Amino acid sequence: MTATLEKPPVTEAPVKEPRDWRGPALFALVAVIGLVVMPLVLEPFRLGLLAKYLTYAIVALGIGLAWGQGGMLTLGQGVFFGLGGYAMGMHLKLNDAGDGLPDFMVWSGVETLPALWEPFRNPVFAIAMVVVVPGAIAWLLGTLVFRQRVRGAYFAILTQALAAAMVILLVGQQGLTGGTNGLTNFFEFFGQDVAADSTQRGLYFTVAIVLGILFVGAWQLQRSRFGRLLLAVRDGEDRVRFLGYNPATVKTITFTLSAVMAGIAGALFVPIVGIISPALLGVVPSLELVVAVAIGGRFALAGAVLGAILMGYAKTYFSEELPDAWLYLQGALFILVIGLAPKGIIGILGSLRRKKEVAA
Amino acid sequence: MTALLEVRDVSVVFDGFRALDGVNFTVDNGELRFLIGPNGAGKTTLIDIITGLTKPTTGTVRFDGAVVNGKREHQRVRLGIGRTFQTSVVFEELTVLENLDLAASFRKPLVSLLTRRRGVTEKVAQALETTQLTDLASRKAGVLSHGQRQWLEIGMLIAQGPRLLLLDEPVAGMSSEERVRTGDLLTEIAKDHTVIVIEHDMDFLRRYASTVTVLHEGKLLIEGSVDEVRADPRVQEVYLGRAREEAAHDVVS
Repeated sequence: MTATLEKPPVTEAPVKEPRDWRGPALFALVAVIGLVVMPLVLEPFRLGLLAKYLTYAIVALGIGLAWGQGGMLTLGQGVFFGLGGYAMGMHLKLNDAGDGLPDFMVWSGVETLPALWEPFRNPVFAIAMVVVVPGAIAWLLGTLVFRQRVRGAYFAILTQALAAAMVILLVGQQGLTGGTNGLTNFFEFFGQDVAADSTQRGLYFTVAIVLGILFVGAWQLQRSRFGRLLLAVRDGEDRVRFLGYNPATVKTITFTLSAVMAGIAGALFVPIVGIISPALLGVVPSLELVVAVAIGGRFALAGAVLGAILMGYAKTYFSEELPDAWLYLQGALFILVIGLAPKGIIGILGSLRRKKEVAA
Repeated sequence: MTALLEVRDVSVVFDGFRALDGVNFTVDNGELRFLIGPNGAGKTTLIDIITGLTKPTTGTVRFDGAVVNGKREHQRVRLGIGRTFQTSVVFEELTVLENLDLAASFRKPLVSLLTRRRGVTEKVAQALETTQLTDLASRKAGVLSHGQRQWLEIGMLIAQGPRLLLLDEPVAGMSSEERVRTGDLLTEIAKDHTVIVIEHDMDFLRRYASTVTVLHEGKLLIEGSVDEVRADPRVQEVYLGRAREEAAHDVVS
């Protein structure tokens, strides 16, 4: 009788999570491949392509954070990518022009430098704007819409509309933004010939290291209490309110971080590819990256990065070999992933590993 | 004893339908109060009004002497009003421990949330112990049974450290063993908290309740001890007259 009334013994420290070294080991392996193997085996042109994909991977990392972890389907990351890209492009244009006007302004008949451009002469200001402008716009948007509980498809449509509006704005201001052509024809990048192999190599290392740092940062964020809270907001925003948190704040912070990442990616993209134009940041490129994240696996940050790099390669390969087939293949892949493997490539790899562990 | 919660003349109108009609409702510090009434009586609506999920058309809600009408849900939680839901909502992707830890951490400044959780805080350990979920701490909440989920919800509420707990049908759908355990849990919590519980089961009520408030069609019908309420002809009329086959067992079992 007394035995049934006794409470089960309560251990003092119920859980002590063991440190898992597999993640950091895998990260180190990928870092070695990225920073040592790839620069050795790839010719400059191919290394440049990889550098471009890595800038996309930075955007994808932000999408993984906002969408995969936070449930905010953002279809307009191109906007923030573009803002970062234009900030960098404006600085490079002014630097190339010296005391004169950037070439496209002369062609458009602009006679004096617009006031908006003037401060971008200063490289520190330009680099600050790469982060500040996308971050501030995302913060403002987040503050306005998340408080009003705009979410799901409505939020997705809003971000997509933003991307469309951004393109119209850029195209319409020919003299200010270079219109449809955007900003291109860069010669110098912080004192170096932007086209030189050594500069491009340096840019490759820069983008690889920036991606690595942002990945580790996002990874730590995901594992923090804030990261747990973000998952909770994704799965039950209304319930989170009754835990005493304001979900709007959590979402706004995360959305801002994802926008800042896209801005940094855009700024790195400009010297690597040599152009920033409306076609690179509109609805279609924004959607392509969301598709890439879904294919790689949106619930894992590594999946987002993997998806962006793989889709970059696939796009280049098929555009070279079978240009007509690419769009269909991309669409088919997306449907396959959504239908059969909603956790993407990472999800498939994970379930294979679990199967192996069960068998062993 | 002083009033912790004071609901004054509260009415709620949804598209012309009066869900609550001039309800006055006071709960003192340290009380364990049961709220009963047939389906559609407005019990959950009253809880929603207190927690900020629904806005009253007229009337005021005072908590600890201050009017809280304009406050949003998370702000009321910060004042010390906590609740559970009829259908329990725990975060299935998080472990039991993480669910409790989130509930316990809401008063921490946002910046400090950027660090990882290290070990188990005292509040969380206590909530684990009270709800006897210690063995399941590292399991994802998605694998829990219905009863365990309800206990986790109650545990999260304890970890929040609220001054007023509102439980919406905590034993609904539970087996009789689970009911007994939930009842014990309730008595345990009621020792040092003010608790309001929505419940149908009269047997359950008789064992634990001090005061019962009966709602009917949005109005307060009667307030008193379990025996007073059971003996009241209006209560019998309400339960028996409306839907004999459906509600009879609720009262006369």
